[in-house]
This record gives sequence, structure tokens and C-alpha cells, in this order.
Amino acid sequence: MAEEAPAPAELAKVDYRPPARDWREPAVDFRRGTYCYGAAPKNLQYLGLPNPRPWQPHDADWKLPPDWKQTILAGMKDRLERFRSFRLFMDICVRCGACADKCHFYLGTGDPKNMPVLRAELMRSVYRRYFTLPGRLLGRLGGGRELTEDVLKEWFYYYHQCTECRRCSVFCPFGIDTAEVTMMGRELLTLVGCNINWILEPAANCYRTGNHLGIQPHAFKDSVDFAVDELEEMTGIRVEAPINKKGAEILYVIPSAETFGTPHYYTLLGTLLLFHAIGLDYTLSAYASEGGNFGLFTSHEVMKRLNAKIYAEARRLGVKWILGGECGHMWRVVHQYMDTMNGPADFLEEPVSPVTGTRFAQARSTKMVHICEFTADLIREGKLRVDPRRNDHWVATFHDSCNPARAMGLLEEPRFVLRSVCQRFHEMPESTIRERTFCCGSGSGLGTDENFEMRMRGGFPRANAVRHVRDRFGVNLVACICAIDKATLPPLLEYWVPGMNVAGVHELVGNALVVEGEKARTQDLRGQPLASPEAPAGA
Amino acid sequence: MSALAPLALVLLLAGLALGAAQIAGLRPVLGVLLPYAAFVTFLLGVCHRILVWVRAPVPFRIPTTCGQQRSLPWITPSRIENPSSTAGVVARMALEVCLFRSLLRGSRAELREGPRLVYADDRLLWLAALAFHWSLLLVVLRHLRFFLEPVPAAIRALAALDGFFQLGAPGLYATDVVLVAALGYLLWRRLANPQLRYLSLSADYFALYLLLGLAASGLLMRHVVRADVLAVKQLALGLVTLSPTVPEGVGSLALLHLLLLSTLAAYFPFSKLMHMGGIFLSPTRNLANTSRAHRHVNPWNAPVATHSYEEWEDEFRDKIRAAGLPLEKG
Ligand code: SF4
Ligand code: SF4
Repeated sequence: MAEEAPAPAELAKVDYRPPARDWREPAVDFRRGTYCYGAAPKNLQYLGLPNPRPWQPHDADWKLPPDWKQTILAGMKDRLERFRSFRLFMDICVRCGACADKCHFYLGTGDPKNMPVLRAELMRSVYRRYFTLPGRLLGRLGGGRELTEDVLKEWFYYYHQCTECRRCSVFCPFGIDTAEVTMMGRELLTLVGCNINWILEPAANCYRTGNHLGIQPHAFKDSVDFAVDELEEMTGIRVEAPINKKGAEILYVIPSAETFGTPHYYTLLGTLLLFHAIGLDYTLSAYASEGGNFGLFTSHEVMKRLNAKIYAEARRLGVKWILGGECGHMWRVVHQYMDTMNGPADFLEEPVSPVTGTRFAQARSTKMVHICEFTADLIREGKLRVDPRRNDHWVATFHDSCNPARAMGLLEEPRFVLRSVCQRFHEMPESTIRERTFCCGSGSGLGTDENFEMRMRGGFPRANAVRHVRDRFGVNLVACICAIDKATLPPLLEYWVPGMNVAGVHELVGNALVVEGEKARTQDLRGQPLASPEAPAGA
Repeated sequence: MSALAPLALVLLLAGLALGAAQIAGLRPVLGVLLPYAAFVTFLLGVCHRILVWVRAPVPFRIPTTCGQQRSLPWITPSRIENPSSTAGVVARMALEVCLFRSLLRGSRAELREGPRLVYADDRLLWLAALAFHWSLLLVVLRHLRFFLEPVPAAIRALAALDGFFQLGAPGLYATDVVLVAALGYLLWRRLANPQLRYLSLSADYFALYLLLGLAASGLLMRHVVRADVLAVKQLALGLVTLSPTVPEGVGSLALLHLLLLSTLAAYFPFSKLMHMGGIFLSPTRNLANTSRAHRHVNPWNAPVATHSYEEWEDEFRDKIRAAGLPLEKG
């Protein structure tokens, strides 16, 4: 797919002039490279979702159920009554345009329907037509628009051209979060079976096996064992990585990609080494083998179904509390939804670090702590011996993943960890980090190959900032704490900023960690030579 | 088109008002009936809209966090941009409502050769919005002197301060100047910026034209076609004391002004102008980011089917056993 995509110089010629055609006349061109394929019927069937059938977005006939329009309108009514956010965001936008050029998809495509305000207007116009007095009376003059099949197609196209990153909501004077509108749009599309496969397949797999790729328990165990072996080869240390161990103190939930994907895998190596170094009593779970949750990109109900296993497994194993790995959208779910959906977690204890005694009061109800909070505390309390020189071959920057940044505020913890384990660190420009961070362009389940051109467009603002720090400070590594980033930043940066590397924060921790009994390190966890190999016995 | 139709509508309204003001029988319609009807519509409409919002639950705690969370004691949290206490939320909301904090983040992105995206601060919208809303508030407060007798000292002081820069007689109010300038900018911006023009609806222009019409007729009455202030005050007092009359001296311009105001009031609850009430209810701004510390309850927490551990074990029993992982049921 990548070969078919236009060259970067071509893509960068973005025309921001709006077309002559009125936006209220729906018009979608399903052009190769700019949309994701429809969900295979087996995935809908497995999850018991409506209207499973073979179909593709570029087909003229979407094989919608005969009563699709009533279904959508009834679904809208229902959600308007259940979500204050939805109703309010339909009502109070003043179309001031403050959000317009804040969306990476708009910046990368110039398509006005990618301005958050218009993305939401695609839904609002229908809302006004069927649910407000002026729209019902005056129709188009009242800002209304008939719901037609073309409008539905437009929803599909543009609600899968939004990564639910919430950047727009930072700039809106009313905090209107277009991600919330996109979430409703996708829920409504789900009601008539218009899902994309890249979301529904991981969701179905996750429901069945516990993780996105459908890795079954024995294979999960194999991957973890493999990691343990590799780690021994590299460091001379044999760590323990228990799975489904009852009575462990802590359940550690990771994004499953860490067991098979690169560079995710190096993050797993780093954390396994860290847990060994501090003697943590923990367990992984082959049932709760995925913290990521593609239900978030489908509907609140599917999200809840996929998330339920985490508390269920914590209860079954009898752990005291839960630790969560480096995954962005998993933390959106854990932080903002899990306790409400599947709590109360009153069978767990308020998390306390067994090493430092620090109480994680911020997680006293949900009982789940972010690995960066955990490690930052360890470093601050002097419980880790680290030699940051072992990361001297890296000049790092940090990419804030959307969800931890804008749906949690986890900004300083990963930075503190990074600065402690890595001597050369440079921030990207202020307007592109922290709460104003730019999405990788492939979040919320859009990271598929057939969508390559759109991903490169959406990721352009992020890549642009990376290039800036590469040119200025010689940055050669983008550190991040998100599994989707680790999968999609490499091709993005390869496209716009060739030669750049991507790593998890805990990979760098693992590099720098000085562990008792280890052999002299000559390589990092990737097997690359260190800048200055050390004499035997560590630092 | 979106910009012209509402202009025609406002002009038509103005023409109708001027015409009707000449017909004795219609003066009470303009001066009494329509204002009362509009006022009732406004009140009931606004209450209804707010009730609809309030009745819809906030199922999840979804604040947009714009700063560091409260976590470890040695990391300074962003107490306002990412509040974890009620005080923090109140401060955040106060900054949003009074100073338009989020608009202040305004910036403009520009694609240059390279390709290179550059971002420049752009506070003009923030400035214009702030100038418009604050001057409108002051103008409304100043108008209270028509509706109250005796005029409270505070209102009198406000008017005096507002008219401090004595330009001609009667003095030009500073707020009037700012109001018109800000409205003018907001309209110009909508028309001149291609993206904004593309997305603007008739409703967006209609509100602007109404407000501009109100300001224009007010300024005309004060500075050009001098209105009989005493008669206007009598009309206003009559309306609030529920003994309405339309005195002889009330000119057609005053009746036009009143009709535009009535239109605005009656239109308000059906329009985006409801953002005035909505801003207070926005769940991305008015909730503390304490989702992990305090349980947030969803009243309709949807019952769903899940895939339990037991089902999972049943499905993969052989493989779990072969891998040497523990089983619940041998
Ligand atoms: S910033 Fe908010 S109010 Fe303004 S156009 Fe965007 S969503 Fe609407
Ligand atoms: S949530 Fe992100 S991707 Fe979606 S409209 Fe807003 S800025 Fe764009």
C-alpha cells in the first residue's frame, strides 16, 4: 500500500481553499488510501452486532437494513437523552472556528469537513432537522439537513477521519469535544453495521482470547518465555515473568503488542527487568492479556464488555491492585471509564508501592496505577540504580500520546523518567506537546495499511515537529507511552523524517537500569551497540 | 446566500416596525404585545432548554485535561487547567466564563515551503469576543436605568463612567463604540475568512445582524434622531410594572429598537445563543479530573454480556494445560 501512496512532496501540497460546493450537499469520494475497509461479517457476528454482511465502503450499495433511517434516528434520540455531552455539543457550538485548524486531519488534507466544527456539523445538521424546532419547521433555512444514504456515507468517511484525539476541545471556548461527537457517530454507524474491520477484528479477537491479535494462552506464554530467554542472553539475568499466578500482589496489564510487535517488545523487556530489579510480586494474565480496548472506538457498550475482564481477573487472582503498561487509549478507558462501567473495585486495596511505601492516592478508587507513575516514584525515592550513559546513543524527544495527555494529564511522570535515564533529551515546540500534542494520525483504530495516505496526512503535523527537533538538536529517537504510537509512528516518520527511531519509555529504563548480577552491557535491549560499552561489572 | 437572506430578514423586520409605528392601532402591538410575548418565550424557552440539558445525565467523567494531573506529591499539578478539587473547577469555569480562557489559546497554523507547518499566536478572536460580550453586558446593565425608578446609584455611576470620554453631547458611550467595533470585526471575519464563510449558516449571520441593528438604532436615537427619553422610560416602566402604555412621545425608532430586541429574545432559546447557559454545563470543563480517586456513577450503566474467565478457560483448556498455566477446573 505504501508504494502506491503519493510521494511526501506531493502530499505536502495541501490546498486549504474550500470547494465551491455547499458543504450541506453530501459528497464523498472513497479514494484508495483514504479510508478503511468495512468489517468482515464474522467479526460482527462474534460480537453480536447488527447487520453482518460482506460490503465495502466503495460499493455503491451498502446493503443497509431497510429501516436503517429509523434505527439511526431512534439511536440519536436515545443518545441525546443519555449523554449530556452529546446534546450540549449539538446545541451550543457558535461556529466561531477556533477549533478549525487545530485538527491534524484538517492540517494534512485541507478538506474543510475535517475542521472539527464541520465534522460535528455533519451530525448537527441532521440533529437540527429532526430534533429542533427551527430545523423541523424551516428545514434547510433552519440549518437542517435530511438524513440520506449519502449523509450516512459521509459520516462513515469523516468519523473515521477523526482519531478521537480531543485536541480540538482544548481550544473550544465551550470545551466542545468533537471526539465525543465522533464516538456517537461511530455508535450510530454500528447500529446499522457500518464498522471498519481494523477496529472490529481486534475487538472480536479481544473478546474471545483476551487480546487484539487473538493470541491464545499457550502462545502468549511462549512469547513471554521468549522474552525472558532473550533478556537473559542480553543481561545475564534470568527474570521471572509469572502468568495467571494467584495471590500475587499486583496484576500487570499490558497492551498485548508488547509480546510480539517491535519496538513494543523492547518495552516489555525493560519492564520485566525493572520488576526483577525491585523484586516485585506481580503476575501477568493470559486472560486479561490486553489493556487496549477497541470498544472505545466502537461503542460504550463494546468498551464495557472488553474492559470487564480486568477487574474480573484481578478479583479471581486475588491481587491487591493493578498496574497498567504503556498504552494510550487503554488509559483513556482505565482513567475515565473503567470504574464507572465495571466498578466498584472494592475487593482491591488502595495502591501502595511495595518498594517505596508511596500511596497512590490518585488511584484510590480505581486501584490502577500507570507504570510511569510507578517508576517515577521509584526513581525519585532512590530505589533504582540507573546509568543514563547507556542511552547515550539516543538523542530523545517525547511524544505525548493524546489520551494520557488530554484525558488524564500524565505529562511530567514520563518526562521525569526519561530525563533520569537518558542524558540527551529535547522537547518539541510547545504548540505541539503536552495538552496541545499532535496525534500520530492513526489512533482510534485507523492505523491500517489501506488507509495509508490519510494516516500520512493526519500524522504530518506530528512528523513536522519531529523533523524540527531532528534538524535543531539532532534528535534520533521519539519516546512515547502508547502501543498505537509504537506501531504507527515508525512508518509515519519513515515517510516524512526518514531514519528516526521510536521507543517506549521503559525500553530506555531497561537500558539504563543497573541490576545486581548482570553482565557488562555492550548492547542495548535492541541488540544495538552502546555508544560507550562498559567494562565488566556495570557502572 | 447564507449571509444575505438573514440581512434581508432583519431589514424587513425594521421596515415593518417603522411602518407599523405609523399606524396608531399597531403601536401597542409593537410596544406591548410583542415584547411581552417575546419575554415569555424567552423565559419559558431558556428554562426548557436548560431543563433538557440538566435532565440528560453525565454518564462519564470526561474532563479535557489541559495540564499536569495531581499524582505524586512532588509533581506540581496544574490546579486550574487540570483541576482535582471543587475550587479548581470553579476557578477553571470562572476563567472560561469571564475571560474566555480556552479562546486565549488561539493560534494560527500556516503551511510554508519545506513543507513546514508554523504556528503563530492569534488572539484577535479572543479579543473581539471578550470585547463584545463585556460591552454587551455593560450596555444591558446601563439600560436598566430605563426600567428602574429610582435609578440605583450603581447604574448611574456605571453610565457616568461609560460616558466619561465626553465626545459631543450627549456623550458617546465607550461601550457602544467597543460593541459596534467588536460586532463589526466578528461579521467581517466571518465574511472575509474563506473557511469561516464556508461553514457559516444563516443563523450565524442572523444573530450578528440583529445585534448590529439593535446597536445602530440605539445609537441613532441617542445621537441623531433624538428620542424622547422620558416617554421611552414611561413605556419601559409601564412594561415592568404590568401597566403598559405606549406614550405619544415614543418615536418609531424606539419601537423598531424594541421590535429587534423582542425578536432577539424570542429567538434566543432556539438558537446557538444558548451557549450562554450551556457553557456552565460542559462536562469537559466543569468536572474535576478525579476519575481514579472518586467513583463516578452512571445512572444507566448499560448491562452488557461479557466473556467470563470460566468461558475462556473452557474454550482454551487444553492449550492452557499444555502450556503449564494453572487452571481453575483441572
Ligand atoms: S471552537 Fe467550539 S464553538 Fe467554536 S466552532 Fe469549534 S466547536 Fe464550535
Ligand atoms: S478529536 Fe482530534 S481528530 Fe477528531 S476532530 Fe478533534 S482534533 Fe480532529
